Amino acid sequence: MTQKIVSMKQVNYAYENKHALKNINFEVPKGSFMGLVGPNGGGKTTLIKLILGILKSHQGSIDLFGTPIDKFKDWNKIGFVSQKANSFNRGFPATVNEVVSMGLTAKVGYFKLFTKEHKQKIAHAVEQVGMSEYLHENIGDLSGGQQQRIFIARSLVSDPELLILDEPTVGVDTENVQKFYDLLHSLNEKKNITLLLITHDTGTMTHHATDIVCLNKTLHFHGNPLEFSNLSEKDLSQFYGHPLNVVTHNH
Amino acid sequence: MLESFFEYEFLQNTFYTGLLIGLIAPLLGTFIVVRRLSLIADALSHVTLAGIAFGLLIEKKFAIGITPFYTGMAFSVIGSVFVEQLRRVYKAYQELAIPIILSGGVGLSVIFISLANGFNTDLYNYLFGSVSAVSRSDLWMIIAISIIVLTTLFLFYKELFMLSFDEEHAVVSGIHAKRIHFIFIVLTALVIAASIRIVGVLLVSALMTLPVAAAIRIAKGFKQTILFSIIFGETSVIIGLISGYYFEIPPGGTIVVTSIIILLLSISIKKIWFILSRKKAIQ
Ligand SMILES: Nc1ncnc2c1ncn2[C@@H]1O[C@H](COP(=O)(O)OP(=O)(O)O)[C@@H](O)[C@H]1O
Ligand SMILES: [Mg+2]
Repeated sequence: MTQKIVSMKQVNYAYENKHALKNINFEVPKGSFMGLVGPNGGGKTTLIKLILGILKSHQGSIDLFGTPIDKFKDWNKIGFVSQKANSFNRGFPATVNEVVSMGLTAKVGYFKLFTKEHKQKIAHAVEQVGMSEYLHENIGDLSGGQQQRIFIARSLVSDPELLILDEPTVGVDTENVQKFYDLLHSLNEKKNITLLLITHDTGTMTHHATDIVCLNKTLHFHGNPLEFSNLSEKDLSQFYGHPLNVVTHNH
Repeated sequence: MLESFFEYEFLQNTFYTGLLIGLIAPLLGTFIVVRRLSLIADALSHVTLAGIAFGLLIEKKFAIGITPFYTGMAFSVIGSVFVEQLRRVYKAYQELAIPIILSGGVGLSVIFISLANGFNTDLYNYLFGSVSAVSRSDLWMIIAISIIVLTTLFLFYKELFMLSFDEEHAVVSGIHAKRIHFIFIVLTALVIAASIRIVGVLLVSALMTLPVAAAIRIAKGFKQTILFSIIFGETSVIIGLISGYYFEIPPGGTIVVTSIIILLLSISIKKIWFILSRKKAIQ
Protein backbone atom coordinates (compact mmCIF):
# COMPACT_ATOMS: atom_id res chain seq x y z
CA MET A 1 0.00 0.00 0.00
CA THR A 2 1.40 3.39 -0.90
CA GLN A 3 1.92 5.81 1.93
CA LYS A 4 -0.56 8.66 2.19
CA ILE A 5 1.25 11.98 2.44
CA VAL A 6 -1.96 13.88 3.11
CA SER A 7 -5.23 12.35 4.20
CA MET A 8 -8.36 14.37 4.93
CA LYS A 9 -11.54 12.82 6.27
CA GLN A 10 -14.92 14.55 6.45
CA VAL A 11 -13.30 17.95 6.59
CA ASN A 12 -15.47 21.04 6.87
CA TYR A 13 -14.21 24.57 7.10
CA ALA A 14 -16.05 27.86 7.46
CA TYR A 15 -14.81 31.43 7.54
CA GLU A 16 -16.75 33.82 9.74
CA ASN A 17 -19.80 33.75 7.50
CA LYS A 18 -18.85 31.47 4.65
CA HIS A 19 -18.90 27.70 4.46
CA ALA A 20 -15.82 27.27 2.26
CA LEU A 21 -15.23 23.50 2.32
CA LYS A 22 -17.86 20.83 2.76
CA ASN A 23 -17.32 17.14 3.54
CA ILE A 24 -13.90 16.83 1.95
CA ASN A 25 -12.39 13.36 1.73
CA PHE A 26 -9.08 13.63 0.04
CA GLU A 27 -5.81 11.76 -0.17
CA VAL A 28 -2.44 12.52 -1.68
CA PRO A 29 -0.50 9.27 -2.23
CA LYS A 30 3.27 9.35 -2.05
CA GLY A 31 4.92 10.10 -5.37
CA SER A 32 1.81 11.47 -7.03
CA PHE A 33 1.57 14.67 -9.01
CA MET A 34 -1.81 15.98 -8.07
CA GLY A 35 -3.49 18.81 -9.90
CA LEU A 36 -6.16 20.71 -7.99
CA VAL A 37 -8.52 22.71 -10.19
CA GLY A 38 -11.75 24.58 -9.68
CA PRO A 39 -13.42 27.96 -10.12
CA ASN A 40 -12.24 31.07 -8.30
CA GLY A 41 -13.53 31.02 -4.76
CA GLY A 42 -13.94 27.24 -4.93
CA GLY A 43 -11.86 26.75 -1.79
CA LYS A 44 -8.55 25.58 -3.27
CA THR A 45 -6.40 27.99 -1.31
CA THR A 46 -8.44 27.27 1.80
CA LEU A 47 -7.80 23.54 1.38
CA ILE A 48 -4.04 23.92 1.24
CA LYS A 49 -4.00 26.48 4.04
CA LEU A 50 -5.61 23.79 6.18
CA ILE A 51 -2.96 21.28 5.11
CA LEU A 52 -0.23 23.78 5.96
CA GLY A 53 -1.71 24.59 9.34
CA ILE A 54 -2.19 28.27 8.43
CA LEU A 55 -5.90 27.86 9.05
CA LYS A 56 -6.94 25.95 12.13
CA SER A 57 -10.17 24.85 13.84
CA HIS A 58 -11.64 22.77 11.07
CA GLN A 59 -14.04 19.87 11.54
CA GLY A 60 -12.94 16.39 10.57
CA SER A 61 -9.45 14.93 10.53
CA ILE A 62 -6.30 15.85 8.64
CA ASP A 63 -3.25 13.57 8.76
CA LEU A 64 0.14 14.51 7.37
CA PHE A 65 2.62 11.68 6.77
CA GLY A 66 0.36 9.51 8.91
CA THR A 67 0.38 11.90 11.88
CA PRO A 68 -2.65 13.96 13.00
CA ILE A 69 -1.96 17.56 12.04
CA ASP A 70 -2.01 18.95 15.58
CA LYS A 71 0.79 16.55 16.54
CA PHE A 72 2.73 17.02 13.30
CA LYS A 73 6.16 18.59 13.77
CA ASP A 74 8.18 17.91 10.60
CA TRP A 75 7.06 21.02 8.78
CA ASN A 76 10.24 21.14 6.74
CA LYS A 77 9.09 17.98 4.95
CA ILE A 78 6.58 20.27 3.25
CA GLY A 79 7.56 22.99 0.81
CA PHE A 80 5.12 25.70 -0.15
CA VAL A 81 5.00 28.27 -2.92
CA SER A 82 2.18 30.65 -2.15
CA GLN A 83 -0.28 32.32 -4.45
CA LYS A 84 1.09 35.58 -3.12
CA ALA A 85 4.70 34.71 -3.95
CA ASN A 86 4.58 36.86 -7.04
CA SER A 87 3.02 39.81 -5.27
CA PHE A 88 5.82 40.33 -2.76
CA ASN A 89 7.44 43.72 -2.26
CA ARG A 90 9.46 44.02 -5.47
CA GLY A 91 11.65 46.72 -4.02
CA PHE A 92 12.83 44.45 -1.22
CA PRO A 93 16.62 44.42 -1.25
CA ALA A 94 17.40 40.71 -1.24
CA THR A 95 19.59 38.70 -3.58
CA VAL A 96 18.48 35.37 -5.03
CA ASN A 97 20.96 33.74 -2.68
CA GLU A 98 19.40 35.46 0.33
CA VAL A 99 15.83 34.61 -0.72
CA VAL A 100 16.62 30.93 -1.19
CA SER A 101 18.47 30.82 2.13
CA MET A 102 15.14 31.54 3.84
CA GLY A 103 14.03 28.05 2.90
CA LEU A 104 16.60 26.75 5.38
CA THR A 105 16.02 29.21 8.20
CA ALA A 106 13.56 27.09 10.14
CA LYS A 107 15.48 23.88 9.54
CA VAL A 108 18.77 25.36 10.76
CA GLY A 109 17.01 26.62 13.88
CA TYR A 110 17.34 29.55 16.23
CA PHE A 111 20.74 30.90 17.27
CA LYS A 112 22.58 29.00 14.53
CA LEU A 113 24.39 30.26 11.49
CA PHE A 114 24.39 28.86 7.98
CA THR A 115 27.30 26.47 7.46
CA LYS A 116 29.25 25.72 4.32
CA GLU A 117 27.00 22.74 3.56
CA HIS A 118 23.94 24.94 3.84
CA LYS A 119 25.46 27.39 1.38
CA GLN A 120 26.17 24.55 -1.05
CA LYS A 121 22.58 23.39 -0.70
CA ILE A 122 21.37 26.87 -1.54
CA ALA A 123 23.57 27.04 -4.63
CA HIS A 124 22.38 23.58 -5.64
CA ALA A 125 18.71 24.47 -5.30
CA VAL A 126 19.24 27.56 -7.44
CA GLU A 127 21.04 25.40 -10.00
CA GLN A 128 18.13 22.94 -10.03
CA VAL A 129 15.77 25.66 -11.19
CA GLY A 130 18.32 26.85 -13.73
CA MET A 131 18.99 30.25 -12.19
CA SER A 132 22.64 29.93 -11.10
CA GLU A 133 23.84 32.94 -13.05
CA TYR A 134 21.47 35.17 -11.07
CA LEU A 135 22.63 34.06 -7.61
CA HIS A 136 23.79 37.53 -6.59
CA GLU A 137 21.15 39.59 -8.38
CA ASN A 138 18.37 41.38 -6.54
CA ILE A 139 15.15 39.35 -6.70
CA GLY A 140 13.22 42.47 -7.75
CA ASP A 141 15.30 42.74 -10.94
CA LEU A 142 14.09 39.36 -12.28
CA SER A 143 11.07 38.65 -14.45
CA GLY A 144 7.92 37.12 -12.99
CA GLY A 145 8.75 33.65 -14.28
CA GLN A 146 12.28 33.83 -12.96
CA GLN A 147 11.04 34.96 -9.56
CA GLN A 148 8.65 32.03 -9.50
CA ARG A 149 11.61 29.69 -10.06
CA ILE A 150 13.45 31.30 -7.19
CA PHE A 151 10.50 30.69 -4.90
CA ILE A 152 10.51 27.07 -5.97
CA ALA A 153 14.20 26.88 -5.18
CA ARG A 154 13.43 28.35 -1.77
CA SER A 155 10.96 25.58 -1.10
CA LEU A 156 13.26 22.89 -2.50
CA VAL A 157 16.31 23.79 -0.48
CA SER A 158 15.07 22.04 2.65
CA ASP A 159 14.57 18.78 0.69
CA PRO A 160 10.80 18.58 1.10
CA GLU A 161 8.93 15.35 0.38
CA LEU A 162 5.76 17.23 -0.48
CA LEU A 163 5.72 20.42 -2.52
CA ILE A 164 2.53 22.50 -2.59
CA LEU A 165 2.15 25.21 -5.20
CA ASP A 166 -0.76 27.66 -5.30
CA GLU A 167 -1.32 29.03 -8.81
CA PRO A 168 2.40 29.39 -9.50
CA THR A 169 2.01 30.15 -13.19
CA VAL A 170 -0.19 33.22 -12.91
CA GLY A 171 1.64 36.02 -14.68
CA VAL A 172 4.15 33.69 -16.35
CA ASP A 173 4.26 33.68 -20.16
CA THR A 174 3.33 30.55 -22.13
CA GLU A 175 6.85 29.50 -23.07
CA ASN A 176 7.98 29.69 -19.48
CA VAL A 177 4.89 27.86 -18.28
CA GLN A 178 6.03 24.92 -20.42
CA LYS A 179 9.54 25.02 -18.93
CA PHE A 180 8.00 25.32 -15.52
CA TYR A 181 6.00 22.12 -15.96
CA ASP A 182 9.10 20.34 -17.22
CA LEU A 183 10.82 21.35 -14.01
CA LEU A 184 7.93 20.08 -11.88
CA HIS A 185 7.85 16.88 -13.90
CA SER A 186 11.51 16.17 -13.29
CA LEU A 187 11.18 16.93 -9.57
CA ASN A 188 8.36 14.45 -9.40
CA GLU A 189 9.99 11.72 -11.49
CA LYS A 190 13.65 12.01 -10.59
CA LYS A 191 13.56 13.28 -7.01
CA ASN A 192 10.34 11.51 -6.14
CA ILE A 193 8.84 14.67 -4.66
CA THR A 194 5.07 14.47 -4.22
CA LEU A 195 3.39 17.48 -5.81
CA LEU A 196 0.13 19.22 -5.09
CA LEU A 197 -0.47 21.91 -7.66
CA ILE A 198 -3.31 24.41 -7.83
CA THR A 199 -3.69 25.76 -11.31
CA HIS A 200 -5.97 27.18 -13.94
CA ASP A 201 -4.08 25.85 -16.96
CA THR A 202 -5.89 22.52 -16.99
CA GLY A 203 -4.66 22.01 -20.54
CA THR A 204 -0.93 21.88 -19.84
CA MET A 205 -1.39 20.28 -16.47
CA THR A 206 -3.17 17.18 -17.77
CA HIS A 207 0.03 16.22 -19.63
CA HIS A 208 2.01 15.98 -16.43
CA ALA A 209 -0.27 15.22 -13.50
CA THR A 210 -1.00 11.72 -12.28
CA ASP A 211 -4.22 12.73 -10.51
CA ILE A 212 -6.69 15.53 -10.98
CA VAL A 213 -9.10 16.80 -8.38
CA CYS A 214 -11.88 19.32 -8.98
CA LEU A 215 -13.00 21.38 -6.04
CA ASN A 216 -15.94 23.70 -5.74
CA LYS A 217 -16.79 23.75 -2.05
CA THR A 218 -17.06 19.95 -2.26
CA LEU A 219 -14.96 17.53 -4.30
CA HIS A 220 -16.62 17.09 -7.69
CA PHE A 221 -14.15 14.86 -9.40
CA HIS A 222 -11.14 12.78 -8.50
CA GLY A 223 -9.45 10.71 -11.18
CA ASN A 224 -6.60 10.49 -13.66
CA PRO A 225 -6.03 12.96 -16.52
CA LEU A 226 -7.58 10.61 -19.07
CA GLU A 227 -10.81 10.41 -17.12
CA PHE A 228 -10.68 14.16 -16.66
CA SER A 229 -10.41 14.83 -20.39
CA ASN A 230 -13.29 12.45 -20.98
CA LEU A 231 -15.57 14.53 -18.80
CA SER A 232 -18.28 16.02 -20.97
CA GLU A 233 -18.58 19.76 -21.51
CA LYS A 234 -21.82 19.54 -19.63
CA ASP A 235 -20.23 17.97 -16.55
CA LEU A 236 -17.54 20.61 -16.51
CA SER A 237 -19.73 23.64 -17.00
CA GLN A 238 -22.06 22.34 -14.35
CA PHE A 239 -19.17 22.00 -12.01
CA TYR A 240 -17.67 25.40 -12.78
CA GLY A 241 -21.05 27.05 -12.79
CA HIS A 242 -20.40 28.45 -16.26
CA PRO A 243 -19.23 27.16 -19.66
CA LEU A 244 -15.58 26.25 -19.56
CA ASN A 245 -14.42 26.22 -23.18
CA VAL A 246 -11.86 28.92 -22.35
CA VAL A 247 -9.88 26.79 -19.98
CA THR A 248 -9.75 23.23 -21.28
CA HIS A 249 -7.07 22.13 -23.74
CA ASN A 250 -6.04 25.55 -24.81
CA HIS A 251 -2.41 24.67 -25.52
CA MET B 1 37.54 70.73 18.06
CA LEU B 2 40.15 68.11 18.84
CA GLU B 3 41.45 70.12 21.79
CA SER B 4 38.05 70.76 23.26
CA PHE B 5 37.21 67.14 22.62
CA PHE B 6 39.88 66.00 25.06
CA GLU B 7 39.15 68.85 27.41
CA TYR B 8 35.39 68.43 27.82
CA GLU B 9 33.91 65.15 28.98
CA PHE B 10 30.50 66.07 27.60
CA LEU B 11 31.90 66.24 24.08
CA GLN B 12 33.41 62.80 24.45
CA ASN B 13 30.10 61.45 25.75
CA THR B 14 28.27 62.99 22.82
CA PHE B 15 30.74 61.76 20.26
CA TYR B 16 30.75 58.16 21.52
CA THR B 17 26.97 58.17 21.75
CA GLY B 18 26.86 59.51 18.19
CA LEU B 19 29.05 56.69 16.93
CA LEU B 20 26.86 54.11 18.67
CA ILE B 21 23.53 55.42 17.39
CA GLY B 22 25.05 55.95 13.94
CA LEU B 23 25.51 52.18 14.01
CA ILE B 24 22.37 50.83 15.67
CA ALA B 25 19.77 53.26 14.29
CA PRO B 26 20.41 52.51 10.58
CA LEU B 27 20.99 48.82 11.36
CA LEU B 28 17.57 48.43 12.94
CA GLY B 29 16.25 50.98 10.47
CA THR B 30 16.93 48.63 7.57
CA PHE B 31 14.43 46.14 9.00
CA ILE B 32 11.99 48.96 9.80
CA VAL B 33 12.08 50.31 6.25
CA VAL B 34 11.69 47.00 4.44
CA ARG B 35 8.80 46.11 6.71
CA ARG B 36 7.20 49.45 5.83
CA LEU B 37 7.16 50.53 9.44
CA SER B 38 9.02 53.82 8.95
CA LEU B 39 6.24 55.82 10.54
CA ILE B 40 6.11 53.62 13.60
CA ALA B 41 9.48 54.99 14.60
CA ASP B 42 7.92 58.44 14.45
CA ALA B 43 4.96 57.38 16.57
CA LEU B 44 7.26 55.86 19.19
CA SER B 45 9.48 58.90 19.33
CA HIS B 46 6.46 61.01 20.25
CA VAL B 47 5.57 58.57 23.00
CA THR B 48 9.14 58.91 24.19
CA LEU B 49 8.57 62.67 24.27
CA ALA B 50 5.62 62.10 26.59
CA GLY B 51 7.87 60.02 28.84
CA ILE B 52 10.52 62.73 28.82
CA ALA B 53 7.94 65.39 29.66
CA PHE B 54 6.71 63.16 32.48
CA GLY B 55 10.25 62.81 33.79
CA LEU B 56 10.83 66.57 33.62
CA LEU B 57 7.55 67.16 35.43
CA ILE B 58 8.49 64.80 38.24
CA GLU B 59 11.92 66.35 38.46
CA LYS B 60 10.45 69.80 38.73
CA LYS B 61 7.56 69.10 41.11
CA PHE B 62 9.04 66.47 43.37
CA ALA B 63 12.76 66.87 42.85
CA ILE B 64 13.04 63.11 42.38
CA GLY B 65 16.19 62.21 40.54
CA ILE B 66 15.00 59.74 37.89
CA THR B 67 16.24 61.42 34.77
CA PRO B 68 13.84 62.05 31.88
CA PHE B 69 16.01 59.75 29.79
CA TYR B 70 14.77 56.76 31.76
CA THR B 71 11.12 57.79 31.86
CA GLY B 72 11.35 58.41 28.11
CA MET B 73 12.76 54.94 27.60
CA ALA B 74 10.03 53.36 29.76
CA PHE B 75 7.26 55.16 27.84
CA SER B 76 8.82 54.17 24.53
CA VAL B 77 8.91 50.48 25.46
CA ILE B 78 5.35 50.55 26.81
CA GLY B 79 4.25 52.38 23.65
CA SER B 80 5.87 49.71 21.51
CA VAL B 81 3.83 47.02 23.24
CA PHE B 82 0.67 49.01 22.48
CA VAL B 83 1.71 49.32 18.84
CA GLU B 84 1.96 45.55 18.55
CA GLN B 85 -1.44 45.07 20.19
CA LEU B 86 -3.08 47.65 17.94
CA ARG B 87 -1.54 46.13 14.86
CA ARG B 88 -3.04 42.83 15.85
CA VAL B 89 -6.49 44.31 16.51
CA TYR B 90 -6.50 46.19 13.18
CA LYS B 91 -4.99 43.44 11.04
CA ALA B 92 -6.21 44.93 7.79
CA TYR B 93 -5.38 48.53 8.78
CA GLN B 94 -2.07 48.10 10.53
CA GLU B 95 -0.99 51.68 9.83
CA LEU B 96 -3.85 52.86 12.06
CA ALA B 97 -1.59 52.08 15.00
CA ILE B 98 0.57 55.01 13.94
CA PRO B 99 -1.85 57.95 14.31
CA ILE B 100 -3.30 56.41 17.45
CA ILE B 101 0.04 56.06 19.18
CA LEU B 102 1.45 59.28 17.77
CA SER B 103 -1.45 61.47 18.83
CA GLY B 104 -1.58 59.71 22.18
CA GLY B 105 2.08 60.59 22.68
CA VAL B 106 1.64 64.23 21.72
CA GLY B 107 -1.53 64.54 23.82
CA LEU B 108 0.21 63.22 26.93
CA SER B 109 3.22 65.45 26.28
CA VAL B 110 1.02 68.54 26.13
CA ILE B 111 -0.65 67.58 29.40
CA PHE B 112 2.61 66.94 31.25
CA ILE B 113 4.22 70.09 29.88
CA SER B 114 1.36 72.34 30.92
CA LEU B 115 1.08 70.65 34.35
CA ALA B 116 4.68 71.71 34.86
CA ASN B 117 3.80 75.21 33.67
CA GLY B 118 6.06 74.84 30.65
CA PHE B 119 9.70 73.90 30.46
CA ASN B 120 12.82 75.73 29.55
CA THR B 121 15.66 74.90 27.19
CA ASP B 122 15.67 71.28 28.34
CA LEU B 123 12.64 70.57 26.24
CA TYR B 124 14.13 72.35 23.25
CA ASN B 125 17.17 70.07 23.56
CA TYR B 126 14.96 67.01 23.63
CA LEU B 127 13.08 68.13 20.55
CA PHE B 128 16.05 68.91 18.34
CA GLY B 129 18.99 67.21 20.02
CA SER B 130 22.00 68.67 21.72
CA VAL B 131 25.76 68.23 21.72
CA SER B 132 25.95 68.77 25.44
CA ALA B 133 23.11 66.69 26.85
CA VAL B 134 24.70 63.27 27.29
CA SER B 135 25.98 62.51 30.76
CA ARG B 136 28.47 59.76 31.58
CA SER B 137 25.71 57.60 33.05
CA ASP B 138 23.55 58.15 29.94
CA LEU B 139 26.50 57.01 27.87
CA TRP B 140 26.80 53.79 29.88
CA MET B 141 23.09 53.17 29.39
CA ILE B 142 23.43 53.75 25.66
CA ILE B 143 26.40 51.36 25.51
CA ALA B 144 24.26 48.75 27.26
CA ILE B 145 21.38 49.33 24.83
CA SER B 146 23.76 49.02 21.88
CA ILE B 147 25.11 45.73 23.14
CA ILE B 148 21.58 44.38 23.64
CA VAL B 149 20.50 45.51 20.18
CA LEU B 150 23.58 44.13 18.42
CA THR B 151 23.45 40.75 20.15
CA THR B 152 19.72 40.30 19.62
CA LEU B 153 19.89 41.25 15.96
CA PHE B 154 22.82 38.91 15.47
CA LEU B 155 20.98 36.03 17.15
CA PHE B 156 17.69 36.56 15.33
CA TYR B 157 19.05 37.89 12.06
CA LYS B 158 17.87 35.11 9.77
CA GLU B 159 14.43 34.84 11.37
CA LEU B 160 13.88 38.60 11.27
CA PHE B 161 15.02 38.74 7.68
CA MET B 162 12.59 35.98 6.75
CA LEU B 163 9.69 37.59 8.62
CA SER B 164 10.40 40.90 6.92
CA PHE B 165 10.43 39.37 3.47
CA ASP B 166 7.47 37.04 3.63
CA GLU B 167 5.62 36.69 6.89
CA GLU B 168 3.27 33.96 5.72
CA HIS B 169 6.13 31.78 4.55
CA ALA B 170 7.96 32.35 7.83
CA VAL B 171 4.93 31.32 9.86
CA VAL B 172 4.30 28.22 7.74
CA SER B 173 7.91 27.17 8.29
CA GLY B 174 7.38 27.36 12.03
CA ILE B 175 9.02 30.69 12.91
CA HIS B 176 7.51 32.26 16.04
CA ALA B 177 6.31 35.44 14.37
CA LYS B 178 4.59 37.01 17.36
CA ARG B 179 7.53 36.67 19.70
CA ILE B 180 9.98 37.94 17.15
CA HIS B 181 7.77 40.92 16.27
CA PHE B 182 7.63 41.71 19.94
CA ILE B 183 11.39 41.54 20.42
CA PHE B 184 11.83 43.68 17.34
CA ILE B 185 9.48 46.45 18.38
CA VAL B 186 10.99 46.62 21.86
CA LEU B 187 14.44 46.98 20.29
CA THR B 188 13.07 49.81 18.17
CA ALA B 189 11.81 51.54 21.29
CA LEU B 190 15.22 51.20 22.95
CA VAL B 191 17.09 52.57 19.94
CA ILE B 192 14.75 55.55 19.76
CA ALA B 193 15.27 56.31 23.43
CA ALA B 194 19.03 56.02 22.97
CA SER B 195 19.09 58.34 19.95
CA ILE B 196 16.89 61.10 21.29
CA ARG B 197 19.51 62.98 23.31
CA ILE B 198 21.49 63.67 20.18
CA VAL B 199 19.05 63.87 17.26
CA GLY B 200 15.95 64.86 19.19
CA VAL B 201 12.38 63.55 19.21
CA LEU B 202 11.36 65.14 15.94
CA LEU B 203 14.24 63.78 13.89
CA VAL B 204 15.04 60.41 15.41
CA SER B 205 13.08 58.46 12.83
CA ALA B 206 15.07 60.24 10.10
CA LEU B 207 18.28 58.70 11.37
CA MET B 208 16.62 55.27 11.16
CA THR B 209 15.22 55.71 7.68
CA LEU B 210 17.19 58.22 5.55
CA PRO B 211 20.47 56.24 5.48
CA VAL B 212 18.46 53.15 4.52
CA ALA B 213 16.61 55.05 1.81
CA ALA B 214 20.00 55.99 0.33
CA ALA B 215 21.44 52.48 0.72
CA ILE B 216 18.47 50.73 -0.87
CA ARG B 217 19.03 52.65 -4.11
CA ILE B 218 22.51 51.31 -4.71
CA ALA B 219 22.97 48.10 -2.71
CA LYS B 220 22.68 44.53 -3.95
CA GLY B 221 20.98 42.36 -1.39
CA PHE B 222 20.03 42.81 2.22
CA LYS B 223 23.40 42.52 3.93
CA GLN B 224 24.88 45.11 1.61
CA THR B 225 21.92 47.40 2.30
CA ILE B 226 22.65 47.12 6.01
CA LEU B 227 26.33 47.82 5.45
CA PHE B 228 25.72 50.91 3.32
CA SER B 229 23.06 52.17 5.74
CA ILE B 230 25.52 52.01 8.59
CA ILE B 231 28.24 53.77 6.58
CA PHE B 232 25.79 56.53 5.63
CA GLY B 233 24.44 56.74 9.19
CA GLU B 234 27.92 57.11 10.71
CA THR B 235 28.94 59.67 8.09
CA SER B 236 25.84 61.75 8.80
CA VAL B 237 26.33 61.60 12.55
CA ILE B 238 30.02 62.53 12.43
CA ILE B 239 29.61 65.39 9.95
CA GLY B 240 26.42 66.52 11.69
CA LEU B 241 27.93 66.56 15.17
CA ILE B 242 31.06 68.44 14.17
CA SER B 243 29.21 71.06 12.14
CA GLY B 244 26.52 71.37 14.79
CA TYR B 245 29.19 72.03 17.40
CA TYR B 246 30.95 74.64 15.26
CA PHE B 247 27.90 76.54 14.15
CA GLU B 248 26.07 76.08 17.46
CA ILE B 249 23.10 74.42 15.80
CA PRO B 250 21.26 71.48 17.40
CA PRO B 251 22.88 68.38 15.88
CA GLY B 252 19.48 66.92 14.98
CA GLY B 253 19.25 69.47 12.19
CA THR B 254 22.77 69.06 10.86
CA ILE B 255 22.66 65.25 11.01
CA VAL B 256 19.41 65.07 9.09
CA VAL B 257 20.50 67.59 6.48
CA THR B 258 23.71 65.60 5.97
CA SER B 259 21.72 62.39 5.47
CA ILE B 260 19.45 64.11 2.99
CA ILE B 261 22.51 65.24 1.00
CA ILE B 262 23.79 61.65 1.02
CA LEU B 263 20.37 60.46 -0.10
CA LEU B 264 20.30 62.92 -3.01
CA LEU B 265 23.83 61.88 -4.01
CA SER B 266 22.91 58.21 -4.02
CA ILE B 267 19.80 58.85 -6.10
CA SER B 268 21.80 60.84 -8.67
CA ILE B 269 24.62 58.31 -8.78
CA LYS B 270 22.13 55.54 -9.36
CA LYS B 271 20.48 57.58 -12.15
CA ILE B 272 23.77 58.26 -13.91
CA TRP B 273 24.87 54.66 -13.52
CA PHE B 274 21.52 53.50 -14.86
CA ILE B 275 21.76 55.72 -17.94
CA LEU B 276 25.34 54.64 -18.64
CA SER B 277 24.67 50.92 -18.27
CA ARG B 278 21.57 51.18 -20.41
CA LYS B 279 23.59 52.80 -23.17
CA LYS B 280 26.03 49.93 -22.93
CA ALA B 281 23.24 47.34 -22.99
CA ILE B 282 21.66 48.83 -26.09
CA GLN B 283 24.89 48.62 -28.08
N1 LIG C 1 -9.95 35.25 4.99
C1 LIG C 1 -11.20 34.99 4.52
N2 LIG C 1 -12.27 35.41 5.20
C2 LIG C 1 -13.52 35.16 4.76
N3 LIG C 1 -13.79 34.45 3.64
C3 LIG C 1 -12.75 34.00 2.92
C4 LIG C 1 -11.39 34.25 3.32
N4 LIG C 1 -10.57 33.67 2.41
C5 LIG C 1 -11.38 33.11 1.49
N5 LIG C 1 -12.68 33.29 1.78
C6 LIG C 1 -13.84 32.80 1.01
O1 LIG C 1 -13.77 31.39 0.96
C7 LIG C 1 -14.06 30.92 -0.36
C8 LIG C 1 -12.90 30.09 -0.88
O2 LIG C 1 -11.78 30.92 -1.12
P1 LIG C 1 -10.39 30.36 -1.64
O3 LIG C 1 -10.03 29.16 -0.86
O4 LIG C 1 -9.43 31.48 -1.64
O5 LIG C 1 -10.75 29.96 -3.14
P2 LIG C 1 -9.80 29.63 -4.38
O6 LIG C 1 -8.38 29.58 -3.89
O7 LIG C 1 -10.30 28.33 -4.90
O8 LIG C 1 -10.00 30.74 -5.37
C9 LIG C 1 -14.33 32.16 -1.19
O9 LIG C 1 -15.74 32.31 -1.31
C10 LIG C 1 -13.76 33.28 -0.42
O10 LIG C 1 -14.52 34.45 -0.60
MG1 LIG D 1 -6.70 30.71 -4.41
